[in-house]
Amino acid sequence: MNNDMVLNSVLVVTLVIAAVYTVMTPRLIHSAIGLAIASAILAIIIFKLASSLAAVFELSVCAGLISAIFISTISLTGRITPEELTERQKEHFRKFGVLPVIVILVFVTLTIIHHINPNLLTLNLPAPPAENNVNIILWGSRFLDLFGQIVVLLAGAFGVVTFFREK
Amino acid sequence: MTGDMSQMFWMYSVGIFLLFIAGLYCVLATFNLIRAVIGIELMIKAVTLFIILAGYITGRTGLAQTFAITLIVIEVVIMVVAMGVIINVYKHNKTLDVRTIRNMKG
Repeated sequence: MNNDMVLNSVLVVTLVIAAVYTVMTPRLIHSAIGLAIASAILAIIIFKLASSLAAVFELSVCAGLISAIFISTISLTGRITPEELTERQKEHFRKFGVLPVIVILVFVTLTIIHHINPNLLTLNLPAPPAENNVNIILWGSRFLDLFGQIVVLLAGAFGVVTFFREK
Repeated sequence: MTGDMSQMFWMYSVGIFLLFIAGLYCVLATFNLIRAVIGIELMIKAVTLFIILAGYITGRTGLAQTFAITLIVIEVVIMVVAMGVIINVYKHNKTLDVRTIRNMKG
């Protein structure tokens, strides 16, 4: 196993641990922070997979903007008392304590399947395209996607305005 | 597909699957609205990583990035609208527990 593969393994394991922490921690603010960490690790992985523009979007939008939205919403929806926190922790660990076991079991199962049939995920890949520049593809062949994105953004903006309309 | 590429594809696929399972379990097991949205967010992250991985494996990173960027934009809009709904639900019911929110039940 070369150094690159070791780094990939470490990143994937860290991402899964961050995701499990996000789900398992009883406090919502810690969940939001865990999600931001998972987004940052995902951005590094995407960067390593030769997709730098998507990595920048992931880091700035998902790790930054969405975390800020989550934390704002959590702070707007009331504080939790220590008694409530203790009660929530008990219920939370009873419900989510099984998640690490499920994750480990699925990992072991997939590893066994991979060892039984190592060619299970071997794909017949098509030839790479002549043009692979994201700017040319985004502004050329996928230009209409931008209109779709604008429409979705406007729909979201109008939706939020409607939710908070006073009259 | 070369041996190294195949090994990398398998490793990332397992990570994506585990990430998706964590998000799905979060959505299924929780009664808190914010935590359910966090679970959806984790599942969307798994899908984003899979799109990027597929682009890397097939040598079409440009196309995969355009899809990933579109997915991220949709993700943000979903989160913003969901948070707007959650804040309004909290203003009306003073709770985010779906067991106690029964206004919409016919």
